[in-house]
Amino acid sequence: MDLLANLHTGFGVALTLTNVMYCFTGVLLGTLIGVLPGIGPVATIAMLLPATFTLPPVSALIMLAGIYYGAQYGGSTTAVLVNIPGESSSVVTCLDGYAMARKGRAGPALAIAAIGSFFAGTVSTLVLALFAPPLAQVAFQFGPAEYFSLMVLGLIAAIVLARGSLLKAIAMIVLGLLLGLIGPDTNTLFFRYTFGLPQLEDGIGFVVVAMGLFGFSEIIVNLERRARREVVMAKIERLMPSRQDLADSWKAVLRGTGLGALLGILPGGGAVLGSFAAYTLEKKIARDPSRFGKGAIEGVAAPESANNAASQTSFIPLLTLGIPSNAVMALMVGAMTIHGIVPGPQVMSERPELFWGMIASMWIGNLLLVILNLPLIGIWVRLLSVPYRLLYPAILLFCCIGVYSLNNSATDVGLALFFGLLGYLFVKFDCEPAPLLLGFVLGPMMEDNLRRAMLLSRGNPAVFVTHPLSLALLLVAAALLLVVVVPVVRRKREEAFVE
Amino acid sequence: MGVRIRSPRDFWAGVIFLSFGLCAVVVGRDYPVGTARQMGAGYFPMVLGGILTLLGVLVCLRSLLAAGEKPEAFGVRPLLLVLVAVGAFAASIDTIGLVAATVLLTVIGAAASPESRWHEVAAVVVVLLGVAVGVFVYGLGLPFKLLP
Repeated sequence: MDLLANLHTGFGVALTLTNVMYCFTGVLLGTLIGVLPGIGPVATIAMLLPATFTLPPVSALIMLAGIYYGAQYGGSTTAVLVNIPGESSSVVTCLDGYAMARKGRAGPALAIAAIGSFFAGTVSTLVLALFAPPLAQVAFQFGPAEYFSLMVLGLIAAIVLARGSLLKAIAMIVLGLLLGLIGPDTNTLFFRYTFGLPQLEDGIGFVVVAMGLFGFSEIIVNLERRARREVVMAKIERLMPSRQDLADSWKAVLRGTGLGALLGILPGGGAVLGSFAAYTLEKKIARDPSRFGKGAIEGVAAPESANNAASQTSFIPLLTLGIPSNAVMALMVGAMTIHGIVPGPQVMSERPELFWGMIASMWIGNLLLVILNLPLIGIWVRLLSVPYRLLYPAILLFCCIGVYSLNNSATDVGLALFFGLLGYLFVKFDCEPAPLLLGFVLGPMMEDNLRRAMLLSRGNPAVFVTHPLSLALLLVAAALLLVVVVPVVRRKREEAFVE
Repeated sequence: MGVRIRSPRDFWAGVIFLSFGLCAVVVGRDYPVGTARQMGAGYFPMVLGGILTLLGVLVCLRSLLAAGEKPEAFGVRPLLLVLVAVGAFAASIDTIGLVAATVLLTVIGAAASPESRWHEVAAVVVVLLGVAVGVFVYGLGLPFKLLP
């Protein structure tokens, strides 16, 4: 069996003492920062990126992946204990998780989240190992026309899944694509939109944009809202869920895992969509839907399993096609590029130790999360009771140092400041920033593939519909767009997001 | 009578899109466009700029027709002081070094919250200086200029 041999290679890499250490450090740091309210995975990864520069590529990616699901899990802890989602994929966890905590059942809520996440992580690691190789084979048949159409599909999906106005989501993507073009044109080395500033001649770094939009602007908004934070300090008496809890939730864990793993693969999908869909599904099929929002354990188990499953399977499009499907994956592209790895189907064949090592490390990371988090819940509770006024100067400083140390450039800090202001305005005017970051990373790739496709077809745009694969991708994109524009579905979509 | 902005959030979002779109078109007007077969540096940005301008106009127009919420009030103090704090860090890190930049960032940044207490801020500064120098400079070996 190829799979076993591959997994053997992977665990051989991931289980070396150093890599387990980096995985552990990543998971621990990710959880630590993820627990802080108002700092999501995107800002967390951007902030900690410099810490991985000096590592060998495999270790760096293992640590970054660890940071990602650590941050994800940390966000759930905040959701349960403080009723503030650490990041958007745990918004629904707040509903029943916090209700459970107020009834003195924070322990079982956090435990079932950890257990569900671990189960989901195990399943989706297997899904990744099974489906990545055949998908990479498909990707080898992709020409520039197919890649362009695939990116169109990814962007359309991101638009459809963004909350709020469709028009604004499209505009955010286009703006992201444009900002991504700043700097030298890859083909002609013509400098675009540099406004005569030598500092812009290398383009704008993705970390700069991410830190501004997701780091600085979130700090300002948090300071402004100063929501009353009420940590449930009631002693967590019982950590482990009762037999009844387990009986109530195991099916929800299964359903959440399946739904999350499926939605994570979709371009534009990822953890947020998975958790929302899983929660809605549980509520729909429950015998007594009125229990939801009042501390139903299924309402924690399903979305927590789903967001972990989805966050792992969203690596599939990145590792097989080289196309990031959401903002976090866009950051991973940047991280891989820094280490000289071009994401795409060739990674699997050219650097098998890196590919399989990373996959194996995901399972180890999930195991570490369970081992780490159950005993450490007490520490996270204490961290949450530290007032925000003492925490945010530290967050601010780490953001600044993170941006600066990418290129030792003070200009980058200044640019991040500009994007912080822009991000703040976007929050005020109801524009979701995630599609912008996705567009930003895809901009140059899209232009490059468009150019090559048109060159090969001698300027005939029909190439996008005469290649069957490309046509299929475009048809799916068109269908998606149509689905949202049709009023009935549109109402459903709004309902789903309201919940 | 006449035109009224019914959805200020949409209107201002539209204005942002419109200005970026126009800026892309105006600044890029002299970039070589090339042909569909041999696209020049100006082709893709020009198309995107045009689309963004159009979208900006559409969003603005829609805000005149469909009603929407007002934006939340701007918190001037946190906004300005956080931006100034980051700006101060950017301006000082290469000139007078990490130690001074950290102090400036922390003190100005702390002033952004009305809840900050000065004796606490002093403690935070000391702790963060320790972390910045200890972890980033000595621990991770990042090349910072420390002192003027």
